[in-house]
Amino acid sequence: MLLAVLSGFIFALGLAAFGRRFKGRAVVLSALLPFGLFAYFLSLLPGAAAGQPAVYRYAWAPSLGVELSFHADGLGLLFALIISGIGTLVFLYSAEYMKGHKYLGRFYAYLGAFMGAMLGVVLSDNILALFIFWELTSLSSFFLIGFKNEEAASRRSALTALGVTGAGGLLLLAGALLLVYVTGTYSIREMLTSGVALPEHGLYPAVLCLVFGAAFTKSAQFPFHFWLPEAMKAPTPVSTYLHSATMVKAGIYLLMRLSPLLSGHQYWHATLITLGGVTMLYAAVHILFRTDLKGILAYSTVAALGILAFLIGIGTEAALLAAAVFVLVHALYKAALFLIAGIIDHEAGTRDVTRLSGLGRIMLPVAAAGFLVAISSAGAPPTFGFVGKDLIYEATLHAGPWSTLLTAMAILANMLLLYGGFVAGIRPFAGPLPEEFEKAHMPGPLLWVPPVLLAALSLLFGLAPQLLEGMLARPAVAAMVAGQPDFHLKLWHGFNLVLQLSGLTLAGGLLLYWLFRPSLRLERRIGRLENISPKGITEGLARGFERFSGWYTHLLQSGYVRRYVFIIISFLLALVSYRIFTSVNLYIDYGRISSMATYEAVILLLMLVATLIAVFTDSRLAAVAAMGVVGYSICLLFVFYSAPDLAMTQFAIDTLTVILFVLVLYRLPKYLKISNTRGRLRDGALALAFGMLITVLALEVLNEDINREVGNYYAEHAYVLARGKNIVNVILVDFRGMDTLVEISVLTVAAVGVFSLLGTGLDIKKRGEK
Amino acid sequence: MEILLAIMVGLLYAAGLFMILRRSLVKLIIGLVLLGNGANLLIFLLGRLVKGRPPIIPEGSKALAGAFADPVPQALILTAIVISFGLQSFAIILIKQAYKVVGTDDLDEINATDEDA
Amino acid sequence: MNTIILRTASNYLLPLLLLFSVFILLRGHYLPGGGFVGGLVAAIAFVLHAFANGLDNTRTLLRIHPGYFMPLGLALSFLSGLAPILRTGRPFMSGLWFDGPLPAIGLIGSPLFFDIGVYFVVIGASLTIIFTITENA
Repeated sequence: MLLAVLSGFIFALGLAAFGRRFKGRAVVLSALLPFGLFAYFLSLLPGAAAGQPAVYRYAWAPSLGVELSFHADGLGLLFALIISGIGTLVFLYSAEYMKGHKYLGRFYAYLGAFMGAMLGVVLSDNILALFIFWELTSLSSFFLIGFKNEEAASRRSALTALGVTGAGGLLLLAGALLLVYVTGTYSIREMLTSGVALPEHGLYPAVLCLVFGAAFTKSAQFPFHFWLPEAMKAPTPVSTYLHSATMVKAGIYLLMRLSPLLSGHQYWHATLITLGGVTMLYAAVHILFRTDLKGILAYSTVAALGILAFLIGIGTEAALLAAAVFVLVHALYKAALFLIAGIIDHEAGTRDVTRLSGLGRIMLPVAAAGFLVAISSAGAPPTFGFVGKDLIYEATLHAGPWSTLLTAMAILANMLLLYGGFVAGIRPFAGPLPEEFEKAHMPGPLLWVPPVLLAALSLLFGLAPQLLEGMLARPAVAAMVAGQPDFHLKLWHGFNLVLQLSGLTLAGGLLLYWLFRPSLRLERRIGRLENISPKGITEGLARGFERFSGWYTHLLQSGYVRRYVFIIISFLLALVSYRIFTSVNLYIDYGRISSMATYEAVILLLMLVATLIAVFTDSRLAAVAAMGVVGYSICLLFVFYSAPDLAMTQFAIDTLTVILFVLVLYRLPKYLKISNTRGRLRDGALALAFGMLITVLALEVLNEDINREVGNYYAEHAYVLARGKNIVNVILVDFRGMDTLVEISVLTVAAVGVFSLLGTGLDIKKRGEK
Repeated sequence: MEILLAIMVGLLYAAGLFMILRRSLVKLIIGLVLLGNGANLLIFLLGRLVKGRPPIIPEGSKALAGAFADPVPQALILTAIVISFGLQSFAIILIKQAYKVVGTDDLDEINATDEDA
Repeated sequence: MNTIILRTASNYLLPLLLLFSVFILLRGHYLPGGGFVGGLVAAIAFVLHAFANGLDNTRTLLRIHPGYFMPLGLALSFLSGLAPILRTGRPFMSGLWFDGPLPAIGLIGSPLFFDIGVYFVVIGASLTIIFTITENA
C-alpha cells in the first residue's frame, strides 16, 4: 500500500533523473503504472465490500503522532479507482497529445507526483498525512497548470490556483489540529468511531469554518471558484485529470469523509446547501456566456461540484448515495468531454464553439463518444448519467420542508448542464463541415480510444448499474452513514415523479440548446462585471495588500544600516528598561564585591582613557593604537583573574589585529567628520543609555548566585575522563571538540573569504568595462 | 572591582555602539572591535571574578578542589576571540574593497550607489 | 622597517618562536596553552619575519601557500575525531589514548592530534589573511 501511494513520487523522481531518455514507446508504457495501481485497488474492493477494509500502518514520526496509515474503505477506493483509472487514460492520451514536447519527462513527473499525492489524500487515515498530501496536490497542480511557463497568463493562473488552494490548505491544517484536539486522536477512522458529539462541542463552529474553507477552495465553490476556469490555461490532459476528475474532488472527498463527524447540525446543512446551491446555479448560468470549449467545461465542472456540495449538505442517505454515484458519473463524462475538447483543439486548431461544426464527418468514433457522454451529462437514458440524475431528484424530493425549492434548483442546474454537455459533446460534430476544418483529420488511436472507453463505461454502467452496487456504491455510502445502507441501483424505476422530472429537464435543456446560440458578444458583456466578481475582489485585495506591505516595509527599511541599528537598539532599550524599572529591585550586594588593588585601578583608568581616545580622536593611527591598548588592558585583566589561556590568546590576537589595521590603514579612507553635532549628540545619548543598561544588567546578574554545575563537572572529570589538566583546553579539544571543529571551519571560511575577495580584483574600472 | 568593571563594560558597549552609528566605514570597524571586547569582558565578568586560581589541575592531584575560576566562560571567550579576529579581518577587507569600488567612505553614499546600480 | 637589527634578530627569532609555539601547543593539555595560542604565536613569528625580510623571502621559506595549512589542519582534526569510530566503534570525538607517556610530550592521544589540527588551521587562516592583505594593500 505504501508502495502504491509512493510509486507516483518514485516515478517522478526517476523521471527527474532520466527525463531526457523519456520518449517514444517508454511514454506509452508508463501508463502501466497507473494501470497497475488500478488493478491493485480493484483487488482491494472485495475486502472493502465485505466490511473489512484493508488497513496499513507505518511508523513515521511517532513523537509527533504522524503515522503513515492507509485505510482502503469503500469511499477511499471509489476515489482511488477514479484517480488511477482516469490516470491510466490520461497517461496514454498525453503520450500522443504532448508528443515531442521538450519537457515531456518533466510533464510526466508532475503527473506522477500529482497522482501519488491524490492517492495519499483519499487513502490516508492520519489527518496530518492527509494534510501533507493535500498540500502536495496543490503544489504539483501548480506546476501542471503553469506547465506552459513561457506564457505570462499561464504563470498567473498557476499562481492564482496555488494561492487559493494553498490558503485552503492552511485552513485544513488548523482545522485538522482542532479536530485532533477535540477528539484526541490523529486517526480519521478513530475520530469517526470515537463517539464524540462534535456539533455540541464549543469549537464546532471553528472546526466547521476551517474545514469548509479548505474544501471550498479546493473544490472551487463560490466564491472561491474563480481559480478553476483560470486553470484551463493548463494543457488539456491536465485539465482532464486535475480539474474534472480528481483534484477538485478532493474537497468533496473531505466533506464526504468528515460528514459523519460534522453533520447533524444546521450549520453544516444550511451552509452546504446554500453555498453548493449558489455555486451550481451561478456556474451553470455562466456556461451560457462562454464560447471557449474548455471554459464551458470548466463552468459546468464548477456547477457539478456545486451539486455535490449541495447533496452532501442535504445529508440523507439517499443524498449521499446520489453524491457518491454522481462523483463517478461526472468523472466519466467530464473527463471524456475534456479529452474530446483536447482532440478538437489538436486537430481543428480552435476551441471556439461558435466556429466548430461538422467534425463528425472526419472523426466518427470521437463524435460517437461525444454524443454518448453528452447524453450522459444530460442525464438521458440509458446512460449512467440518467441513474445519477434520478438519484439526485430522489434525494431532493425527500429533503424535508424545502424539497420543492431544492428540486427546482437541481432541475435548473441540470438543464444548464445538459446544455453545456451538448455544446461541448455534440455541436462541434454536427452540421456541415466548414472549409477551414477540411484539413483536420482523424487523430491517432491513443487520442481517441480513451474518450471512447469512458463513453462506453458511461453506457455500460447505465445499462447495468447493479454492477457497481455491491462492490462500490454500497461500501462507499457505508463509510458515510451509520448502519448498513439499503438501496438498489436501477436504470428503470417505472413511471414515477422522478421520471417526469427527468423528462422535464431533458425537454427544457434541449429547448435551450436549440434556441440559444453562444456568442462572443455575450461573453464580452459579462466580462464587464468582472470588477465585482469574487475574482476581481480577491485580486484587488491582493494588490492592496501588496501596496500596504510595500509602504510598511519602506517605513522601517530605510536602507541605512545606522538607522536599522538605531531603531533596533531603541526598541531594546525601551522594552528592557521598562521591565527593569517597573519590576526589578535594583541594588548592589556589597558582600559579593571583591576589593580592588591599585594596579587594577590603573589598568581600568588606562582602558577608560584609551576608549575615549579611540572614539574621539581625529587620527586613524591614534584610534588603532588606542584600540590596541584596550585589548592589552583586557589581556592584563585576564592575567589577574585566573585566565592564563585567555590572556595568551588575547595578546596574540590583539597583536595580529593591530598589525592588520596598520597594514591596511593607509589604504583606507581618511577619517571623515560627516555628521552634524545634533546627530552626534543624539547617537551619543542613545549609546550612553545603552551602555548604562548593560552595566545595570551586569550588576543585577552579579547579585544572583551562579550555577557552576557544568564547570564543576568538567573540573572533576577533566583528568579522569580526558587525561588533561588544563580544563579550558580539555573543554575545547575534548568535551566540546565538535564545536571547536566547526569553529575552525568558520575561521577557514573567513580566510578563504578574504582571499577570494582580494583575488577577484573587483575595481571600478573593470566594472565600468562590463 | 566588579562595579568598576561593569561600568567599564558599559562604556565599551556605549563606545562601540556610538562608533557603529557613525557614517564613516573605518569607525564602523573600530566600533565592532570595541563592542567585541566589551562582550568578551561581560561574559568574563558574569562568570565571576576569581583571583589567582586558574582552572588548571595542580601537579599530583586528579581533580580541582576549592574555589577556582569557572572554565566554561573562559572556553567560550577563547573561541569568541579567535572568531572575532576572522570576522574583523573579513570586515576590514570588505570595507577596503568597497572603498576601492565605490570610492567613498560614506555609508549613506554607498547605499545610494547600490540603488542606482 | 628594513633595519639590519630587526632583520638579523628575526632570522633567529623565527625558529625560536616556532619552537616556542610548538611547545605551547604540546603542553596545552596540562598547562596554559594549546592549539589556538600556539597557532597564533607561530603566525606572529612568520609575520615578523615577513616584516623584516619582505614577504617574498618568507614565502620562499614557507615553500607552500599558507592557505594549504587550513585543509590540512581541518582534515587532521576531523580524522582524529573519526579515529575512535574506526578503532573501537565508539562515538565520534571520544578520546583515544596510547598507553604510557612519552618523554617531554606526555600522553599521546586523539585530542592531541585534534589540537595539532587546530594549530594548523589557525596558522593557515591568519597567515592567509595577513599575506593576502599585505600583497594587495
